[in-house]
Amino acid sequence: MINPNAAQHARMAKFRTRKAVNAVAIALSLGAMAFGLFWLMWILIETFRLGLGGLSLALFTEMTPPPNAEIGGLANAIFGSITMVLLATVLGTPIGVLAGIYLAEYGAHTRLGKLTGFINDILLSAPSIVIGLFVYAMIVARVKSFSGWAGVVALALLIIPVVIRTTDNMLRLVPNALREAAYALGSPKWKVIMGITLRAAQAGVVTGVLLAVARVAGETAPLLFTALSNQFWTSDLSQPMASLPVTIFKFAMSPFENWQKLAWAGVLLITLGVLALNILARVLFRNKN
Amino acid sequence: MAATLPANSYRSSDTTMSVPPGPSKRRSSRTADLIFEWAARLAAIATLLLLAAIILSLVMGAWPAIKEYGLSFLWTSEWDPVQNKYGGLVMIYGTLMTSLVALVIAVPVSFGIALFLTELSPRWLRRPLGVAIELLAAVPSIVYGMWGLLVFGPILAQYVQAPLQAAFGHIPYLGALFSGPPVGIGILAAGIILAIMIIPFIASVMRDVFEVTPPMLKESAYALGATTWEVVFKIVLPYTKAGVIGGIMLGLGRALGETMAVTFVIGNFNQLDSLSLFQAANSITSALANEFAEASEGLHQAALIYLGLVLFFITFVVLMLSKILLSRLQKGEGVRT
Repeated sequence: MINPNAAQHARMAKFRTRKAVNAVAIALSLGAMAFGLFWLMWILIETFRLGLGGLSLALFTEMTPPPNAEIGGLANAIFGSITMVLLATVLGTPIGVLAGIYLAEYGAHTRLGKLTGFINDILLSAPSIVIGLFVYAMIVARVKSFSGWAGVVALALLIIPVVIRTTDNMLRLVPNALREAAYALGSPKWKVIMGITLRAAQAGVVTGVLLAVARVAGETAPLLFTALSNQFWTSDLSQPMASLPVTIFKFAMSPFENWQKLAWAGVLLITLGVLALNILARVLFRNKN
Repeated sequence: MAATLPANSYRSSDTTMSVPPGPSKRRSSRTADLIFEWAARLAAIATLLLLAAIILSLVMGAWPAIKEYGLSFLWTSEWDPVQNKYGGLVMIYGTLMTSLVALVIAVPVSFGIALFLTELSPRWLRRPLGVAIELLAAVPSIVYGMWGLLVFGPILAQYVQAPLQAAFGHIPYLGALFSGPPVGIGILAAGIILAIMIIPFIASVMRDVFEVTPPMLKESAYALGATTWEVVFKIVLPYTKAGVIGGIMLGLGRALGETMAVTFVIGNFNQLDSLSLFQAANSITSALANEFAEASEGLHQAALIYLGLVLFFITFVVLMLSKILLSRLQKGEGVRT
């Protein structure tokens, strides 16, 4: 008569262990979630705490100063960043959208389409510094001078894969009935794509472009040996051009107090800008869907 | 699929329209169709050519160094621009080691986050929390770098490295990992920051593939009395194995190629004296970021480009594996409900 009792005990013991393991796993999972959020909070709080002190009007009107100067701002770096990112977007978006259209509308089942999709996904995560090396070899080494244009090309090369991926994904979500209805009315394929499917996927594509812009706005590595940096204001893209990330890099690594303060202010600006773009992209996408 | 309809499929419907377009209009629209298709195709081909051009230009740029050192570059540790002697071992070790530390930290944490987001979190919290984790990936790497160097490094040195050294420093072998000055700069610091940066990538892939598991499987297991952990570990994880590994590979690819955050905190020290995690070191990306713009043309520059080529090769292989594993999961996805 002891046996069933022992078996019962063993079962209960096993049950308790299983419950305990489950409780530990759930606790660890909660801990992991907290761990992830903790870093985000910490970085944002420190960025605000240290960056707010440097925020002033001079930041947007004065040029980058020499070490230990009294006044100075980041005007040339901000201008350079905005110019290069805008031009890179203008250059990269059409190519990315066209290639995305090819992947979704023409080449979905062709060898070229599949191969391009595969390679594009690899380029999407390829080290950005290698893109910088590539542009250095193709442009800077040939022209024998660092230039804003080289920076624009490097950033555009980073934008293209992101835009291709989102355009492709978004076009694939468009229901076929829409395409068929347009074909039935006799529209040529290019009109169907430009007027119907691309328009239906518009919100998604715009989101993709915004996310791509957010990504390259903070990129430093590909600019280091393409646009280099410039202490002065320049709107001539054949000259080396200052950018916010590269200036932050230079200033943060320096021992000079005024440079470090400016670097923190720059970090705050760039974080705010990039996060705002990200949130805008998400809100936009959700509203349209 | 309408997506694959040939370009002239609208022709038959043309004839039934009450006002058929004139022949010139029809021809011009066909020309427009051709032009548009080729523009799209050329853009796609350009992407392929870009990859080829990257590889070609790296090989050409690195050629003097490849000719000089051959493959022995990969296991020679001497890096001396003054005597014009170059070996890549220190940087390659730094890149691999920091990424390894990053994976050791990031994989379990990402798994926990994915588990939370798919199984535990109340429905209304899922989206905001998911977005918050994804925002970690949006923070520019230069921000991580500066924060890591000036805020995180000192705290790491004081509250983590010093106690670790006190606890394990005298144990043989294990102690070697924690030897050296606890200054908050080096492989450990770089690895931790890389971990934070890749957690969002791994976690969101894991979350997405976990959601692909057929609810039928999970519900059956729950009905048999399985706990949440058992369902995730014994049902979801085996089902999504390929995708999970693909996600980890994607994170690894990111970690290997990350530049600025590592450059700030790794210490840029070109010698390999000990295997300690506290040791300042160098990685391929930070060597490039620090030295390339100032490198003299010739062997120094070629050696740096050689490093870039090695990096590109490693990340290419890792990302390719990731992509193949993820697409394998997609094929077996079956019916989604």
